[in-house]
Amino acid sequence: MDYFVQQLINGITLGSIYGLIAIGYTMVYGIIGMVNFAHGDVFMVSAFIALIAFLILTTWLGITSIALALFIVLLVSMLFTALVNWTIERVAYRPLRGSFRLAPLISAIGMSIFLSNFVQVAQGPRNKSIPPMVRGDFALLNGNGFSVSLSYKQLIIWSVTAALLAVFWYLVAKTPLGRNMRACEQDQKMAALVGVDVNRTISMTFVIAAALAAIAGTLYLMNYGVLSFSDGFVPGVKAFTAAVLGGIGSLPGAVIGGLLVGLIETLWSGYVSIDYKDVAAFSVLAITLIFLPQGLFGRPDVEKV
Amino acid sequence: MSGAAPSWSTAIAANGGLRPFKDAGLTALVAFGLLLPLVGFQTVTDVRNALVLQTRWPLLFALTAAVGVGRLSYLLSISPWLKRRAAPTVAPAFPARFDWRSIAGKWFVPFAIGFVVVYPLIMLAVNGRGSAVKWIDNFGIQILIYVMLGWGLNIVVGLAGLLDLGYVAFYAVGAYSYALLAKTFGLSFWILLPLAGCLSSFWGLLLGFPVLRLRGDYLAIVTLAFGEIIRMVLINWVALTNGYAGISGIPRPTFFGIPFNADDDGFAARFGLEFYPIYRTVFLYYLILALALLTAFVTVRLRRLPVGRAWEALREDEIACRSLGINTTNTKLTAFAIGAMFAGFAGSFFAARQGFISPESFTFLESATILAIVVLGGMGSQIGVAIGAIAMIGGTEILRQLDFLKRIFGQDFDPTQYRMLLFGLGMVLMMRWRPRGLITRRTPSVFLRERKRITPDLVKEGLVEEGSG
Repeated sequence: MDYFVQQLINGITLGSIYGLIAIGYTMVYGIIGMVNFAHGDVFMVSAFIALIAFLILTTWLGITSIALALFIVLLVSMLFTALVNWTIERVAYRPLRGSFRLAPLISAIGMSIFLSNFVQVAQGPRNKSIPPMVRGDFALLNGNGFSVSLSYKQLIIWSVTAALLAVFWYLVAKTPLGRNMRACEQDQKMAALVGVDVNRTISMTFVIAAALAAIAGTLYLMNYGVLSFSDGFVPGVKAFTAAVLGGIGSLPGAVIGGLLVGLIETLWSGYVSIDYKDVAAFSVLAITLIFLPQGLFGRPDVEKV
Repeated sequence: MSGAAPSWSTAIAANGGLRPFKDAGLTALVAFGLLLPLVGFQTVTDVRNALVLQTRWPLLFALTAAVGVGRLSYLLSISPWLKRRAAPTVAPAFPARFDWRSIAGKWFVPFAIGFVVVYPLIMLAVNGRGSAVKWIDNFGIQILIYVMLGWGLNIVVGLAGLLDLGYVAFYAVGAYSYALLAKTFGLSFWILLPLAGCLSSFWGLLLGFPVLRLRGDYLAIVTLAFGEIIRMVLINWVALTNGYAGISGIPRPTFFGIPFNADDDGFAARFGLEFYPIYRTVFLYYLILALALLTAFVTVRLRRLPVGRAWEALREDEIACRSLGINTTNTKLTAFAIGAMFAGFAGSFFAARQGFISPESFTFLESATILAIVVLGGMGSQIGVAIGAIAMIGGTEILRQLDFLKRIFGQDFDPTQYRMLLFGLGMVLMMRWRPRGLITRRTPSVFLRERKRITPDLVKEGLVEEGSG
């Protein structure tokens, strides 16, 4: 029981990070109907930006307050990652609208390869590790020789995720920008006719997606403390799994899908086999796409001629 | 001074005033923002094993300036030039009878095949038996493996329009089938080659059957997931595959039963030649050449069969195909299985050539490389894919040989690490400017009365309306 609760806590933590990345997939898919294959690598780039910002703050500027440093790192990472994703959309995806079906996806794969290799060349192929930013934990359910603990960093991940999801939900549901985004999602041509700037709205979608990925990247860095240029690929695919599981195009679905994938992964590695944890996540993806392609909360995909 | 000024101002006025300068400045600014964190700072591990930062301001400013200047020169010279060139739009859709292109096209393929057939002999004659190995093995065999894989994937991606991101899984199935069966049962290469093809094809059917009704991009991701699952099973099923350590001591192929060794019954002794290890290399070269040409031949013939026509129709419009009564699942499945079969052949050849295989050889990067070859070569074009493979794999080898770059950029400069960077960029640029590939002109497989060349302007792209509810 204790072990199960501990796995549950770890799973929700991992799931929060997947959920944040998954929103990026689901938003971009909802608005332009493409799988942004490079999103996992955008997440990785954001984690690197966070790492560099953190090092500047702590080793050069000598900021000792971790809370302040984390806040600034989060902002810096969101800002620069948003710029990266904005540029990617301008350079690699916008010119391809109206091209043949697979063109944006191939371009996204190319971008993904480019980003991970760019980081490899610019920052070196070795793992980057930093000392833990946040230490300490709460001991819950202490007994039977096994204590369930909720570490401070897990608590930070939960609360940051929850707070920023609330902000994001407000942005999509209540602001003019969110209304434009929902309009473009339904019918781009019609939205353009009633005066919505479609290009700008799509750009803003990429910017928001990147900002959420940057939050995930910063939290990932804080949680694990180790980073490598190849870290975008597997979390990217898992987050995509989360988006598909929750129903691609559905925002609450992405978050719930993320939590589910995180839980499945930790429970699988806790009870079945840690070696096959990625296999479990990838199998969930394949099984979902085969048997439930519209996901838990998605609308069935109607194909039109 | 006074002489130069008017020409400058007219040039500026002709190209839209100061707009290009503003645009280039903005581009440089964005580039600066993009490069600032990752190029401006470098994380390095110091002697105490802690992570510290170093700055690289000169590199950052040089790259920013390069982007700005590049953008400016594009706007001022290349862009107007492209516009001028594109202005007369009455380019002939059907080339004249004595077009050099058609003459070159007619003679290119026989010439290329003749060249690859005599290539090892030329290399032997030029370099001698000792140093020709590098040219035949590193360039010849390596490139031909990728040409074959490219042609195999071309059936799936180029002809049937199914984006397969897990192609390397079938390559792995072929390689491991050969390695395990040859080591466990001692079967010969010539029995296992078709068997490996069959097994890969079987896996293609097995994995393809549930997923082929998915839409294009979902299919891509699921094949990616399957590719990764197969690789992870290869890593973790240590009892069978020996995990990361891989399988070594895989039996080498024989010359139809005669081994390539220095023994009395070896190849050299049987044919009364002096023993050289190069004979095996030359034999392997011709083996992979034959396999690659088989792939090309089968593809060319299949394109003329109903199933091949159905593939190409499926790529263009799936719903129309279904309306015409084509069984789309079976059509996709044949493409998938035949593509997988060729990957299986290539895989068993790879295992036999290396003598050692490990899961490291079958990563997603490998799938991406093969896909990049197909995309850069122009999806659907055989010659294009071959040129793509030569450019990418041969280009990498050439980069590795270029010593003068080391003298310019310092000793620790390794040009090969920029390989995938350039591939990724190439894929993006290709989709932007030549989405149908470098070699876009292609004679159709089936024609009425006379052959007409297919150029991109004859093909109307199916514009997909977004936002269907």
